[in-house]
Amino acid sequence: MTDHSDPALVNGDDDNLGDLRVAGEPLLDLLNGFIGELREAGLPVSLTENLDAMAAIRHIPMEDREAFKYALAATLVKNNAHWRSFETVFEVYFSLRGSKYGLDDDSLEQDLADLLDDDERDGAGDEGSGQSGQGGGDGLTPEELQQLLYQAMMKGNESLMKAIARQAVKRFAGMEPGRPVGGTYYLYRTLRNLDLEGLLEKMMEQRREQAEADGHELSKLEERLEQDEYEHRIDALKKEIEAEIRRRLVADRGIEAMAKTLRKPLPEDVDFMHASREEMVGLRKALIPLTRRLAVRLARKRRHNRRGPLDFRRTVRASLSYGGVPAEPKFRHPRPHKPEIFVIADISGSVAAFARFTLMLVYAISGQFSKVRAFVFIDGIDEVTSYFEGVEDVTEAVHRVNTEADVVWVDGHSDYGHAFEVFHNKWGKDIGPKTTVIILGDARNNYHASQSWVVKEMQHRARHVYWLNPEPKSYWDTGDSIVGDYAAYTDGAYECRNLRQLEKFVEKLA
Amino acid sequence: MTEYRFESVPEVRDGLRKVDYLSDEGIAGIVYLADRLKKPILVEGPAGTGKTQLAKSVAEMIGARLIRLQCYEGLDEAKALYEWNYKKQLLRIQAQRGNDSWDEVEEDLFSDEFLLERPLLEAIRATEPVVLLIDEVDRVEVETEALLLEILSDYQVSIPELGTIEAKQIPLVFLTSNNTRELSEALKRRCLFLHIDYPDMEREKEIILTKVPDITENLADQVARIVRSLRQLELKKSPSVSETLDWANTLMLLGVEQVDAEVASSTANILLKYQSDIAKAVREFAADKQGMKAFAPGPK
Ligand SMILES: Nc1ncnc2c1ncn2[C@@H]1O[C@H](COP(=O)(O)OP(=O)(O)OP(=O)(O)O)[C@@H](O)[C@H]1O
Ligand SMILES: [Mg+2]
Repeated sequence: MTDHSDPALVNGDDDNLGDLRVAGEPLLDLLNGFIGELREAGLPVSLTENLDAMAAIRHIPMEDREAFKYALAATLVKNNAHWRSFETVFEVYFSLRGSKYGLDDDSLEQDLADLLDDDERDGAGDEGSGQSGQGGGDGLTPEELQQLLYQAMMKGNESLMKAIARQAVKRFAGMEPGRPVGGTYYLYRTLRNLDLEGLLEKMMEQRREQAEADGHELSKLEERLEQDEYEHRIDALKKEIEAEIRRRLVADRGIEAMAKTLRKPLPEDVDFMHASREEMVGLRKALIPLTRRLAVRLARKRRHNRRGPLDFRRTVRASLSYGGVPAEPKFRHPRPHKPEIFVIADISGSVAAFARFTLMLVYAISGQFSKVRAFVFIDGIDEVTSYFEGVEDVTEAVHRVNTEADVVWVDGHSDYGHAFEVFHNKWGKDIGPKTTVIILGDARNNYHASQSWVVKEMQHRARHVYWLNPEPKSYWDTGDSIVGDYAAYTDGAYECRNLRQLEKFVEKLA
Repeated sequence: MTEYRFESVPEVRDGLRKVDYLSDEGIAGIVYLADRLKKPILVEGPAGTGKTQLAKSVAEMIGARLIRLQCYEGLDEAKALYEWNYKKQLLRIQAQRGNDSWDEVEEDLFSDEFLLERPLLEAIRATEPVVLLIDEVDRVEVETEALLLEILSDYQVSIPELGTIEAKQIPLVFLTSNNTRELSEALKRRCLFLHIDYPDMEREKEIILTKVPDITENLADQVARIVRSLRQLELKKSPSVSETLDWANTLMLLGVEQVDAEVASSTANILLKYQSDIAKAVREFAADKQGMKAFAPGPK
């Protein structure tokens, strides 16, 4: 059982936190600095939570790094979607704090040397492990290091893998103090030297040979599982390399600068148009709870609005049976019924992701509307309402929209004018006084005719017409964007670049 | 002055293992912290990842009685906190026929004798150690959450007729949520937050070895690996730990020693619930791995 009785850290309840120090630094300051960085990253931290975190770190010493991290997270982060941001700040902020995590090249050498000795002892008989007695990493040629890495990965020897990762960064990243390049550059240089793809192949090859020697061939399933395992190990190695680079960068540039460089938007702030694949996954995950929240809020709003204004005449009439006392107030009919929604979405190239999220969101809360119809266009336009009918999974319907809808007329370059004209001819008269029309797109029209009269016509017939544009407002009406032409005939054109803005708009709708 | 239940985080971890719950650094650390800070834990995460089981196992570990409040839509004060036993009160009124003054009767009517304890009150008034589990709290309406706030922060309950009842001992409290609804800030502020995700391969293998009688190390390893690979696919619903266990049990029943593509495919319906997911898995079992993750270095 580990004991946590480091006198500098563990204290009875009556001790004052202000006296606690880590490596000479008051713990309290450390924590406040950390929380400051979290707030900078956009994480909401309330005062109570701040106090809880202070209480928490009296009980879990920083040396117990993982537990310390979880303790802080448990008190400070109450939304799992914010975990990644928290972790990034944590890694930067505490990367050099705590003895084991210092940046000490001598100890690095010693670590590797020790591990090699250990490995030698229990791995006796392995081919190619002739590096003993060379006293650590610096003595190794690049080929030897590569060979060592291969062996560590094959065996899944985690501590050796970590030591090699650090050695590789020291050797290959070419980091120099004060050099103004980003972490990705160093990562690139390190990985280039390690050739991980080749490594994976070599590992798989070795595994196949081994199986053959045992007298059987790996089945497809076995191959697959082995590959997943090796990829998992390689992923871990990559993470370790990134961590080492980060540690060195923090040492060179300081915490604040690094925290700022690494700051990533929270999922709800990620820009639809420029989301990386990884961010897309995060976005999709964040969308589900968001729709649930929104549906609940809207339903509640509707409940509260059920009463219309006081109907004076009926109230007076009713009061007659109470001897003139207006004991039973009567109200006018509740607010108009749920709106009917028409979504008309540009699904070409760069705005496709935005259209996808909006459609998913609208359909996920379609219970809030009396009816939803969806149309998608590029230069041709198609109705896709039926794709969404009776499906359990909106994602799948959206996928069908993107693959099956008939949206190309001439060349598959956006032509809002033509798409709108066709819309007008085919469906224009379906728009009525209960309809709210939402048009999605950047209005980059490739210099075609705008046909903005169609939107004017819509506005005439509909209850509301809104335009949502996934581009930053400062880009509107520049180049071939003609959003202003259309916006003139809407009840509002909104910038809608991330989930936060989208949620806000949709809430307004219902 | 205060007695803590645990000396250290590893002690929690070992203790849980002894009652067949496989935790990790995060889970054990937060249980330890909850005891130290006297705060409830809000446990959130995908279905079947051991949220409910954690509360049960902690109770078992410390030899406490588990008091469970199962939440559902429409849960109210009378079911969560306390209720007056109207029938008994009526009988009391009838039985008394004008012997006592009304004041006396009234005092009597709202005494302990006529009080029906519900889980929250029961946990507060317990004299022996208890663990309170408020299960699936996201199912109650936001307004109902307010019922919980007093207990969660002050470990007390106010009953108009009886006054404030304080806890005799501070129970460990767990709330679980499947995140079908955003919980109120007020509730979240009062709790430590623990997100339990699917376990990593090693832990899942241990869970299998602990929970499936007589399973071999080799089979447990295969099951855990296949499940890990499945969770990397984009599925409508990833297999949960309970589904992993069901699957392992099925394989045992079938006398399977080695899982090949055929066995995996024919039993995939235990692991996956949607037809489209099963079809996808069957395809993956039999095919070369597509779109190998690129490890090629390069700026993103
Ligand atoms: N870490 C674990 N150690 C041991 N058993 C576990 C663990 N995690 C899950 N299990 C087992 O998995 C099953 C499902 O667990 P449990 O019912 O607690 O899930 P849950 O998270 O509460 O799910 P739900 O969200 O559906 O309520 C139980 O049989 C439990 O024993
Ligand atoms: Mg449960």
